[in-house]
Amino acid sequence: MKRYRLEIRVTPRPGILDPQGKAIHHALHSLGWTGVDDVRVGKAIHLEIEAESEEAARADATAMCEKLLANPVTEDFEIDSVQTDLPKTDQPKVDQAGPDQAEQS
Amino acid sequence: MRVAVVTFPGSNCDYDLYQAVKQVGGNPEFRWHRDRGLDGVDAVMLSGGFSYGDYLRAGAIARFSPIMEDVVPFAEAGGPVVGVCNGFQILCEAGLLPGALIRNESLRFQSEDCRMRVERTDTPFTRGYDAGQVIRVPLAHAEGNYRADAETLARLEGDDLVLFRYVDADGAASPESNPNGSTANIAGIISEEGNVMGMMPHPERAMESLLGSTDGVPLFESLISSLAGSAGADTVGAGR
Repeated sequence: MKRYRLEIRVTPRPGILDPQGKAIHHALHSLGWTGVDDVRVGKAIHLEIEAESEEAARADATAMCEKLLANPVTEDFEIDSVQTDLPKTDQPKVDQAGPDQAEQS
Repeated sequence: MRVAVVTFPGSNCDYDLYQAVKQVGGNPEFRWHRDRGLDGVDAVMLSGGFSYGDYLRAGAIARFSPIMEDVVPFAEAGGPVVGVCNGFQILCEAGLLPGALIRNESLRFQSEDCRMRVERTDTPFTRGYDAGQVIRVPLAHAEGNYRADAETLARLEGDDLVLFRYVDADGAASPESNPNGSTANIAGIISEEGNVMGMMPHPERAMESLLGSTDGVPLFESLISSLAGSAGADTVGAGR
């Protein structure tokens, strides 16, 4: 088993109104960036998965998107990048959520 | 008539629903999201609130709660299920109703009274209203902007599955009377089979004239009297 880090990008489907994108578009124009034609706002979800292969990791992530991470009525998803050389470890890394943050969540 | 009112972590209208059911003579019972088994109730209601903090998308996490594993088959077997506000969002996420609710066009949390036209009175939820009646009910949400693909919208309109529409005082569905940008001013819909209903406004907050409106009362009376009328029928909550 290897560890894979995947970045999933969830974006509003074309034709679906994106009120956040619209508001940001407006703000950018107010700040003088009048050349901005369109703004769409989505979300990025980073996953670390243990899987047999990159293909299996991607298949897992696709299933997760279809079931939970994206709503097919309003959102598209893309699996952006796969990093395969992660060390296998059960210990949270120093820069990840420590006990303080864990207590808050 | 026994009505299960489901509480998810973050639900905040569950007691209002409970009280509304009780006020019209029903027997409400709370169910926690981790509970299993509906224990033969006659109907299920999913309340408003912010289940699981609305994380990911409103209703996206709640639909996978243990209790939903009982609510979905109950609905599929014809049991009456009502979702109000966050409950409507959960029903859409669960696939029991079509479409989705996205951020209000205004980008604001809208909290105000709205007017809705009752589009059908031949359902277990609306038979206490007059056809085309305009009712006044509060709404309070940030994600109430109803969306569906063109095919679904055509089916909703063609099969008369739009149950409530935002309208002005004259009963006209105008852009000005649309509080959140919903397609075709849709405020509430009903499933093709007619037993699952979802709406964004809060009828359970329109039960006392002291609080501004009693226009929600007929909805709860309709449900309870429909249940009483079909008591003994196998399709309603049999064995669940």
